[in-house]
Amino acid sequence: MLEFRKDLFADERDDNLNVIGKGEQRQDMLGHVTGRTRFFDDHGFDGLLHLKVVRSPHHHARIRSIDVSAAERAPGVKRVIRAQDVPVNKNTLLSLIGFGKDDEPTLAVDKVRYKGEPIVAIIADSDAEAMAAVKLVRVSYDPLPTVFDVQEALKPGAVVVNETYPGNYFEYHDKYDHQKLRFGDVEAAFRSADHVLEERYQMSPIEHASTETNGTIAAPETNNRYVVHSCAQGLFFSLGTTAKILALESNRLHFIGGTVGGGFGGKVDSLTEPLAVLGAMLTGRPVRYVLGREEEMQFGSPRGAERHVIKDGVMRDGRIVARQITSYFDAGAYTRLTSYGVVKCVAHMPGPYTIPNVRGDAYCVFTNRVPATAMRGFGVTGVDFSIEVQMDKLAHLVGIDPMEFRILNAYRDGDMKAHRRVAHNTALIECVQVAAQKVNWPLSETARRASSLSGGGGPRATIPPTVTDEGGRIGRPETRQAPPRLTPGAGASLPAYQPQPAIPVHQPPPAHQPVAPLPSYPSQPATAAPLPAPAPPVPAPPAAPQHGAARFSSVFTRRR
Amino acid sequence: MTRHHGRGMASINYPIGMNLGGDPSQALVHANPDGKFTVALSAIDLGQGMKQVSRQIAAETLGVPIEDVYVDTADSDTGPHDMGSFASRGTHRVGNAVIVAAKEARGVLLEAAAEELEVNAEDLVTDGKGNIHVRGAASKTITVKAASQAAQFKQGKTIAGRGIFLIPLSNVSPETGEMSPVTAYAHACLVVDLEVCDETGDVKVNRMTSAYELGRALNPKMVEQQLVGGAWMGMSHALYETPEPYYPNPEHGGRDYNEYLMPGPGDIAPHDIAVLERPAPDGPFGGKGPGEMCANPVLPAVANAIFNAIGVRIDTLPITPEKILRALKAQGGARPQVRRA
Repeated sequence: MLEFRKDLFADERDDNLNVIGKGEQRQDMLGHVTGRTRFFDDHGFDGLLHLKVVRSPHHHARIRSIDVSAAERAPGVKRVIRAQDVPVNKNTLLSLIGFGKDDEPTLAVDKVRYKGEPIVAIIADSDAEAMAAVKLVRVSYDPLPTVFDVQEALKPGAVVVNETYPGNYFEYHDKYDHQKLRFGDVEAAFRSADHVLEERYQMSPIEHASTETNGTIAAPETNNRYVVHSCAQGLFFSLGTTAKILALESNRLHFIGGTVGGGFGGKVDSLTEPLAVLGAMLTGRPVRYVLGREEEMQFGSPRGAERHVIKDGVMRDGRIVARQITSYFDAGAYTRLTSYGVVKCVAHMPGPYTIPNVRGDAYCVFTNRVPATAMRGFGVTGVDFSIEVQMDKLAHLVGIDPMEFRILNAYRDGDMKAHRRVAHNTALIECVQVAAQKVNWPLSETARRASSLSGGGGPRATIPPTVTDEGGRIGRPETRQAPPRLTPGAGASLPAYQPQPAIPVHQPPPAHQPVAPLPSYPSQPATAAPLPAPAPPVPAPPAAPQHGAARFSSVFTRRR
Repeated sequence: MTRHHGRGMASINYPIGMNLGGDPSQALVHANPDGKFTVALSAIDLGQGMKQVSRQIAAETLGVPIEDVYVDTADSDTGPHDMGSFASRGTHRVGNAVIVAAKEARGVLLEAAAEELEVNAEDLVTDGKGNIHVRGAASKTITVKAASQAAQFKQGKTIAGRGIFLIPLSNVSPETGEMSPVTAYAHACLVVDLEVCDETGDVKVNRMTSAYELGRALNPKMVEQQLVGGAWMGMSHALYETPEPYYPNPEHGGRDYNEYLMPGPGDIAPHDIAVLERPAPDGPFGGKGPGEMCANPVLPAVANAIFNAIGVRIDTLPITPEKILRALKAQGGARPQVRRA
């Protein structure tokens, strides 16, 4: 059941539109429901070959030797691909936007860092022949000690998982072993709070479990190019990754996709594209590399585990005065996207609430498990679970109804967030009120009258004097508890994004006319209604917005 | 054996688009000589409805019937660059790029019509049914088809447009975490009603009730599918699934859908949803993006409802019958909290 509450925020909307807001049937619906939509694996090729990989049975081991001679002689085998056949056999996904160091081979060299890591690829006439030949590859290993717990992995002297990051943590800004969030003085606030509650939350890994498993079909075209039928969630992201690993100019790859049987974040890693294209290059034939269900579930990257330790200071009247969150993201053996999820998590602290003192420390930690990746709600789902269970406990602790407690602490338009940007366009309070109404959950008059549009800003818009510290310098775990120093509550020091005037907005069109009149072509559209400018941060931010020329390299860490 | 009823809630917000920005999307729009439009993208439709939402945005902006627009994606030879379908960015980023491209194409269309009607393009409006006429003078009219044919065969004009949307990349302070993460947030509050069996530890979710604020709901049917499906996934995350049930022990991962436990058709709970629309100032027609957020409130709401039912806190996901029974044993039995329903 779905109903619209058109009465809320009605003055911010013009509902007199032609097509927008209508439940029109999708252009691709008929194909989907009749089973005729073509996905990547529905493209047939004459002479199609099949690729399967040899995977590590160990969580962590030195590779002593690899013997592929029996596999090469096996029936139907056309080609064996080894690590030395991969042109650029070290990559990190976010290198395309200049973030992080190359840390992951396509095929393992010298060492395997997780159970299921690919070591050798076999290309044969049939799936069955490729799988049979996989069993004939003889790899000899020296098993190594393992580490699976994130906090164990961060201890001095822990087993080194990934030599690119010898402390088992991703390096932020070439300076720290974690990403910091500092806003106000949590320690002082804890001392003045009526109650302090510290709790630990854990989310285990989760499999995307899409109906369609990861896979690629790559084939040589007649023009010195390769056509690639892909299920990637980012077409050019996968094309760029493949081009880098295979040392090809990007225009030698012709990627076709866009119709994908479920992703949820599990098809961002280009798990199959590079080897499928390499197979087509080495054999001159079309090559299909598709993960089986067991491979997908066991060795396709999952949502990574997260551990959040939350410490809150709360007053008897229900106001939260301080929140400290320490977060550990389990990246598995390689970075993939976890480093990015950590920063997104820090931006999300402390949830949709206005808390005057917030401290966050978030770590991206390497362990000997399957590398984690993005999944629906990346960087947020785990911390939201933790925050919202914590909120329930705090409400219980101070004896306030949990909905009233949310409304009391909710952020409102004009409030300063912990990452030092002013909130606008907020609507948490209204969501709580409507949900309460729907289930007849009694709310006090005060809670029913609360609004996201009023009561924010003013003293709630200030950046407080802030305690900062140099704790957690790279390579110096003993500094994680470094002495703090106080930074005065100056204005925001980074330019905030201001929507550009040329950006289209929902424009209230006159009656009988679906779209507002346009300026005469070819002049630039300039008639878009001026944006309701977000309330400027207090004090006002300096300078103009920074432009996209800046790359993530300047944001986080130099690429090496 | 007693089945204890419990009610719990959670409220959340969710950032729309890649954290820190720096994630561009492009779109190309062009008409064939009959005034039928194609939107070329490289965005990905994972089932979430990328093609349809782009199609509706293009039709609205162009001022033509939806049947006259089709979306072609994703071919790297013909579709311009897009960062990808993740981070709840499709509707917000691609939608804005489509508007820019469609506005430019509409500008040429109206120029062509103006030339045929011998009026000013500024005085022309579209009726969304395939006609262009002079504002206030409905008789002075030309079809989109005739204007497009004139553009192609008489005037030598290309009815086409290109669009890009980019939120410039934000820096992050190493010392304070100061940053500009995103420009728009969606919001939600969700209530779960469930029952817990104190003999088996089994949890049955009976009902979910929610309020979602999503900017403008560009296609209500697709919003509903996201919210219903996402809540199912949230329920699965809360109570059923993980490849590592004894994390950090890495063993016991499922190998197929028989071993990897998720709720089946008999476990699905009715979900009663209210949609609130506070348009995002920089969203396409105010749209945000419900894609990711709709799983999130279910996890804590389930955990909080279990506490309400039996008085135990399970802070480690998923909340399996084994964890519930162990916690009940440690507590010495169920301690139902104040009844809320």
